[in-house]
Amino acid sequence: MNFASTRLASIGASLAVASGAVLAQDMTGAGATFPAPLYAKWADAYNKATGARLNYQSIGSGGGIKQIKSKTVDFGASDMPLKDEELAKEGLIQFPTVVGGVVPVVSIAGIQPGQIRLTGQVLGDIYLGKITKWNDAALTALNPGVPLPNAAIAVVRRADGSGTSFIFTNYLSKVNAEWKEKVGEGTAVNWPVGAGGKGNEGVAAFVQRLPNSIGYVEYAYVKQNKMTYTLMRNKDGNFVPPSDTAFKSAAAGADWTKSFYQITTEQPGKEAWPITNPTYILMHKVQDKPVNGANTLKFFDWAYKNGDAMADELDYVPLPDNVKELVRKQWAAELKDAAGKPVTYK
Amino acid sequence: MERTTPRGEPPARRHNAPWADRLFSLLAHGAAWLTLALLAGIIVSLFVGAAPAIREFGIGFLWSKDWDPVQEKFGGLVMIYGTLMTSIIALLIAVPVSFGIALFLTELSPRWLKRPLGVAIELLAAVPSIVYGMWGLLVFSPILSTYVQTPLQSAFQGVPFLGPLFSGPPVGIGLLSAGIILAIMVIPFIAATMRDVFDITPPMLKESAYALGSTTWEVVWKVVLPYTKTGVVGGIMLGLGRALGETMAVTFVIGNFNQLNSLSLFEAANSITSALANEFAEAGEGLHQASLIYLGLILFLITFVVLSFSRLLLMRMRRSEGSRT
Repeated sequence: MNFASTRLASIGASLAVASGAVLAQDMTGAGATFPAPLYAKWADAYNKATGARLNYQSIGSGGGIKQIKSKTVDFGASDMPLKDEELAKEGLIQFPTVVGGVVPVVSIAGIQPGQIRLTGQVLGDIYLGKITKWNDAALTALNPGVPLPNAAIAVVRRADGSGTSFIFTNYLSKVNAEWKEKVGEGTAVNWPVGAGGKGNEGVAAFVQRLPNSIGYVEYAYVKQNKMTYTLMRNKDGNFVPPSDTAFKSAAAGADWTKSFYQITTEQPGKEAWPITNPTYILMHKVQDKPVNGANTLKFFDWAYKNGDAMADELDYVPLPDNVKELVRKQWAAELKDAAGKPVTYK
Repeated sequence: MERTTPRGEPPARRHNAPWADRLFSLLAHGAAWLTLALLAGIIVSLFVGAAPAIREFGIGFLWSKDWDPVQEKFGGLVMIYGTLMTSIIALLIAVPVSFGIALFLTELSPRWLKRPLGVAIELLAAVPSIVYGMWGLLVFSPILSTYVQTPLQSAFQGVPFLGPLFSGPPVGIGLLSAGIILAIMVIPFIAATMRDVFDITPPMLKESAYALGSTTWEVVWKVVLPYTKTGVVGGIMLGLGRALGETMAVTFVIGNFNQLNSLSLFEAANSITSALANEFAEAGEGLHQASLIYLGLILFLITFVVLSFSRLLLMRMRRSEGSRT
């Protein structure tokens, strides 16, 4: 579990940062666990560059939303974007930081990574418990010539509520009508079949251990654990492998100009990976403590400029430059202090 | 014998400051009341937290098996069943094994083996529960699925009652694995208690029984066990309490599956503690969170009932002892 240890190390680094003295430049955030290793890495580099410290508590997206609503932190982080109406009601803004991809992984003797092709419909039927064998007609039709065994499919999914599950179920709801009607989307849903693993590492461990299993994990886990990923058919009808370019292509396909409420699953684009989603930061429009607000913006502005290489290193996908510009415009237009003056961060 | 004169005088009676006595009694009372206040506080906050779910689902929560965070329909049957079933399996395995261990240690073991074996069993209690969980997932459940579940399934296929009991995907995680892991975790507690109470049986009673020609079994069954049954029941209840509340190890091997489609012991299931640990962090405000707290309240009540029941049992035993003479 090489990856887990890097994550732990980086979280440890952020804790070390957090335990220092509180300075005027410090800021606090809480929320999603999925981007936590990256935020910790950014915070560490930012601390070296400027001396400012970030205290980020990775307590889960739901917790992050709660914390920012009750104003106990300078920013909240969530994998699940809030709808524009809810943002308006709570007086919040949201902006994406990086893009992540969720990838179906399988473990079947003799099957190589990228050998199995899946469509959203078939993936949904497997998770609905309608397709129960690997040599089901729907699967063999998609995969001519692939030696699929006559064996029961062991379905694995997340047991804990998570942004990863949200992205996955959001995708299935878009592409499988029965899924949408019977199960729906959310960080936790009423799974019709399957064993639940705790966290991405739990699902990865289950899939690697159980023969003839299928599960879904964040892309980073696929790469670090060399898992057998599947190809997915995207909206353009191409079967694509998961990759940085495939995630970027999906993020570029979304229309960010009107709202940042973009769930970038099933986006158009020749190479676009269909199960892709950005992770978000939430801030209050009216900053009671404009200094903290400015510090937070400085940090994310710095991360947009200097953080792409670090994101790549940890297998997250940086945002396209035009989206970053839109975010900066939103900051300038919407973030005010209590007196109504814009919060400056430059 | 010559009388000796005592040397010196007895020490003069010490005069303690009365405030010190009062302070000490105040502290002791305070400690006791603090515990009670904490308990009451926990119950009240559980009730307050669960109030929305209690209002929405009422007592029907106990036998509804829905658990759908998207539709906001919740019921606790799956988790309650999982918690009770795993604990029962754990006790069914742990009690006889612990009895055997205690019997061996007190009656049969050679002297040189007693110490190391006793320490080894106590060490089992010191292993962190997450280690049991990981061991259960990575080592134990593959063994269970290959060497136990698959043969059982092929042997009992089509047999009524027993067949369905062993059905399900052969993955080695589910109720039975969780129960077995729990059994391993509670054995040290039960065995250590049993050994300690067996040890305090007066040797005179045992030796009299041996002198009358009893076998070791007869001595343990008819002399030691009746003499120590309160302690034995106490030890079992201690183990049961631990099994009901165990979280981490169960989460790893139970499968965390919120459906109750069959009564198979090999089917993935869920327990109250495991559902709480998995879902609480991401549960939004409202019914999902309230329902999880409701589950917590139910677990609290189950533990309370188990404890009161064991007290009652002990009281009745004591009474019947009194009437026998």
